[in-house]
Amino acid sequence: MSRATALEVRDAIASRRTTAVETVGAALARIAEHNPAIHAVRETYPERALERAAAVDRTIASGGAAGFLAGVPILLKDNIVTSYGKTTCSSKFLENYESPYDATVVTRLEAAGAIIIGKTYCDEFAMGSSTENCAFGPTRNPWALDRVPGGSSGGSAAAVAAGFAPIALGSDTGGSIRQPAALCGVVGLKPTQGRVSRSGLVAFGSSLDQIGPFTRTVTDAAALLEVIAGLDPHDSTSAEVGVSDYLAHLEEPVRDLVIGVPTQYLSASNDASVAEAISVAIETYRAMGAKIESIDLPLTDYGISTYYVIAPAEASSNLARFDGIRYGRRATPRPDEGLEELYARSRAEGFGPEVQRRIMLGTYMLSAGYYDAYYKRALQVRRLILREFEAAFSRCHVLLGPTSPMPAFPLGGRSDPLSMYLCDVYTVNTNIAGICGISIPAGFAAVEGRSLPIGMQLQARAFDESTLLRVARMFEKATQFHTRVCPFGGPAGGSSSAPLAGRRG
Amino acid sequence: MAHGESGSAPRVPLPSAPMPEPLSTRQVEHVARLARLRLTPEQIEQFRSQLSAVLGHIAKLEELDVEGIEPMTQPIEMVNRLGNDEVSPAMSLADLLRNAPMVEGDFLAVPKVLADGGGA
Repeated sequence: MSRATALEVRDAIASRRTTAVETVGAALARIAEHNPAIHAVRETYPERALERAAAVDRTIASGGAAGFLAGVPILLKDNIVTSYGKTTCSSKFLENYESPYDATVVTRLEAAGAIIIGKTYCDEFAMGSSTENCAFGPTRNPWALDRVPGGSSGGSAAAVAAGFAPIALGSDTGGSIRQPAALCGVVGLKPTQGRVSRSGLVAFGSSLDQIGPFTRTVTDAAALLEVIAGLDPHDSTSAEVGVSDYLAHLEEPVRDLVIGVPTQYLSASNDASVAEAISVAIETYRAMGAKIESIDLPLTDYGISTYYVIAPAEASSNLARFDGIRYGRRATPRPDEGLEELYARSRAEGFGPEVQRRIMLGTYMLSAGYYDAYYKRALQVRRLILREFEAAFSRCHVLLGPTSPMPAFPLGGRSDPLSMYLCDVYTVNTNIAGICGISIPAGFAAVEGRSLPIGMQLQARAFDESTLLRVARMFEKATQFHTRVCPFGGPAGGSSSAPLAGRRG
Repeated sequence: MAHGESGSAPRVPLPSAPMPEPLSTRQVEHVARLARLRLTPEQIEQFRSQLSAVLGHIAKLEELDVEGIEPMTQPIEMVNRLGNDEVSPAMSLADLLRNAPMVEGDFLAVPKVLADGGGA
């Protein structure tokens, strides 16, 4: 059961081969047994989850419609608020924060019958590429416990890889869904800016943040996107663009498919295993009849510089709300101290080093005298990056390349902030331009006797998730890398897994 | 691939962008105050070198000619969407105050705003 896809789980529950209660119970048991080794899940909601699962079972027993994802367990990144439990952003500042409301994605998931079973660790306030910035200890990669799962949504990626739940949600500001998906061997989708409501996502970079799915198959990603996408009156930046029926056309190969391969994505600095997997992937598409087009994207190399102006600038503004007065950590007041000093001590005590670093960077770049040189210039380059993508998409359906230049690196292996930032060289421009991107399993690197997953990224123009998912599905069907099960924790699930043991092609 | 205005000549990187001066301790202290972060001298020094390194990398943007390019604040162009002027249920005061570290009655409690050394 722990390796079944979300749609397999849903169908098994709907056809009463198993029950939602049994499914949710098995997921919670697996987390209880194996989470101590991986440290992916921060808290679970057993009582509420089992209650809602029982309600799904009753609806199904009485012949009612239980929803598109009825009974499917799902985990949420720790920056998506729920009106139950805590939402900490994996920060000491919000260690005890209880949201008074549900994020829109939560409302939509529950309306579809999905069962939210818990929250996953991330880099504090989603700032990082390894989940080592989590204030409560790092998450480990289920493929190699001494390595990082990537980040910032590392807990969600690791949890799906380890079979804690078939699906999870993360957020992606510069690669925070796609890079951990690549490093953990799962599918991670960053939808177009505006495609999914951010109401209830704790804001980091408002022009960059987007919620998206972690799944083990492209099909599940399409299904989950269909549930969470669409206009939301609670998020005035959600787009008034109709949501496609992503699943209905998923199996249709894209006709006369043209795949663009930016020469800059084949950089000599990519790990050899990654370079090899990507060239094999290109040949795989070619063998399927796709035309491969070489594309020049010179601004790829300016992405990190642009991102580390825009993202910290937006973060320093967004995180100004954390003053220790209305919610969050408050330093113990001192008798002779004013309000400003209390803010400053509360923030210094509550935020970890990376969050402070980004607040400092953003504050500096927005401060008098530097605004034009940094922020305005970055926004001008941002437009150039979008134009470069638009020109590329006039010649091809999707762009292909590695998600990350390297497979999972050892914990503590990138202690210098700048070297960590450079992990995201292939993912940041997707957010800067607001287009969509997906990472799917594309091979394995043999490192120290273990197999480490390699991810391939596909990007498509804004609001063209339909093409993106279809092209991804073509590869998945042809390669089956996604069926290779992470060895962690064994094929748990006990006897209840028997009817679902066979994976679909 | 051209990314210049009207897709004309590609923008050629300028020969070299000068490395920015490293930040001074005073500058970092000033930024920490603007950011409302009470930092130790050790943290100030650490941020001074780390932020200088990141700014050095960001200086790469100087290589590009951005003359006449409209800054892009949002990737998806949209205009303000006005909501309907309708009364809808609001959160209760109890819910809103539940996370406050210090409350007096129905109010958030804070230190004296006009105390010496505090406030604006």
